[in-house]
Amino acid sequence: MTGVREQYDSSRRAHPMIAELAALLRYRDVLVQLVGRNLKVRYKRSVLGFAWSMLAPLLTMATLSLVFTQVFRPTAPNYPLYLFPGLLLWGFFSQTTSSITAEVIGGVELWRRIFTPRTAFAIATTATGLVHLCAALVPLAVLMLVTAAPISLALVAVPIAVLCTAMFALGVGLAVASVAGHFADVGDLFQVVLGTWMYFTPIIYPREILPDAYHWVWRLNPMAYFVEAFRLPIYEAQMPSAGLLATIVAMACVALVCGWWLFTRTVDDLARRG
Amino acid sequence: MTSPAVADVRFASPDDGWAIRLDDVAVRYRVPQGRVTSLKEYVLGRAAGARRPVEVAALRGVTLEVARGQAIGVIGPNGSGKSTLLRLIARVLTPTSGRVRTIGRVAPILDVVGALHPDLTGRENIFLNGTLLGLQLREIVERLGAIVEFAEIGDFIDLPMRTYSSGMTARLGFAIASDTEADILVVDEALGVGDERFQRKCAARIDALLAGQTTFVLVSHDMHSVTRLCSRAIWLDAGVVRADGPAADVTRLYVEGR
Repeated sequence: MTGVREQYDSSRRAHPMIAELAALLRYRDVLVQLVGRNLKVRYKRSVLGFAWSMLAPLLTMATLSLVFTQVFRPTAPNYPLYLFPGLLLWGFFSQTTSSITAEVIGGVELWRRIFTPRTAFAIATTATGLVHLCAALVPLAVLMLVTAAPISLALVAVPIAVLCTAMFALGVGLAVASVAGHFADVGDLFQVVLGTWMYFTPIIYPREILPDAYHWVWRLNPMAYFVEAFRLPIYEAQMPSAGLLATIVAMACVALVCGWWLFTRTVDDLARRG
Repeated sequence: MTSPAVADVRFASPDDGWAIRLDDVAVRYRVPQGRVTSLKEYVLGRAAGARRPVEVAALRGVTLEVARGQAIGVIGPNGSGKSTLLRLIARVLTPTSGRVRTIGRVAPILDVVGALHPDLTGRENIFLNGTLLGLQLREIVERLGAIVEFAEIGDFIDLPMRTYSSGMTARLGFAIASDTEADILVVDEALGVGDERFQRKCAARIDALLAGQTTFVLVSHDMHSVTRLCSRAIWLDAGVVRADGPAADVTRLYVEGR
């Protein structure tokens, strides 16, 4: 029958961070299935289906542009193209972190019954968000063409920015989910934080509208860096500086490691609560 | 604790092998007093210096060895630690102290319909649940036909599961969980699935698994199914093993002793 049997010894468990990675590797097919589930469940009953991923952000962008184009024209001449990348990246971040929290709270019941790598749900949620984001890059490209924005080699920085944001979102999502699993009000609280956080990030408005004295707010805000690195090549056809790229890579790694550590350390406790 | 020799885990002959071993296992749950569920209450509670979580002992020093291919029933009143024992074996719980070891793939049939998604079709659910139970995609492809046939859902396989009757849902859940070719099958009273004819079919499948090399752990309040399916039984009471022996003797003791 089976050659090598799975052996489990509770006293020889590796560090939770490592054990989780090993389990994930063994259960890797679960990731694809979970992403498939997320996409199918979301689109199965909608007529437009996948086109929603492209239409929804386009509608938000159109509405906001209608309102703010006149206001911000002096500082952001091509306002729709300034706005759209930031909206997309923020939408990806807020939806991914919120969904991870919801997945974890909903998944606890299942984890009390079957052994399955718990981070798989969070990773699949992030991957699902990436699929939506990639779909939304299509209308973004169309917008670039329509507004005759310069297309430059700097666009190679876009995937780097996206990947770093994904790692950051996964880390933040895991951290919030670890706390939200223990306290029911953290999910709601996080929504409030997200709402405020967005307005502390230069997405709808250009940085220049605030005097330099207030720019420290953005220096403390990680999302400001991710949005900046994502938007620069698209809006200004400019490569993000080496310093900026190094900053987002470092923040992404730190967030992911911290979130992973906190989550794998506390998730057993969740299953243990009687 | 001394570190075990390698020979302790890898045995030469399958005949003298154990599939499950528990050494002096204890599990304590930390239950927050007064059920603090919000961060606000927690912070305020901390500030007032009140509300320490209380520890509840679910298992207190259980030592158990189950041989490969053996069928063991776990009986006892509610709250005696039966489900905790199953969850330890299924690896969803780690012991507070002591040591739990298993050899081979463990498939739990604890709640067979819990992980099925109503908006996905039967086929999609088979793939999702199969991978959640640790199967590779190609293994599921190989089993797909057998699972569909056993669950008796026919053409419904490509319809969303919310169109299924509760019986069909339960049958599909059991069919997926019991078809994983697990070395250790862990069942928590999930045998009452579907109508009487299907229950007989489930019982027949479990008999077939028992005839093979599958180790079987059954938690049940039904003494009849314990004596019918298991050769051995343990009686858990308040987290300790009160009796361990042939299923017929232990169930009789339990019924008389209550």
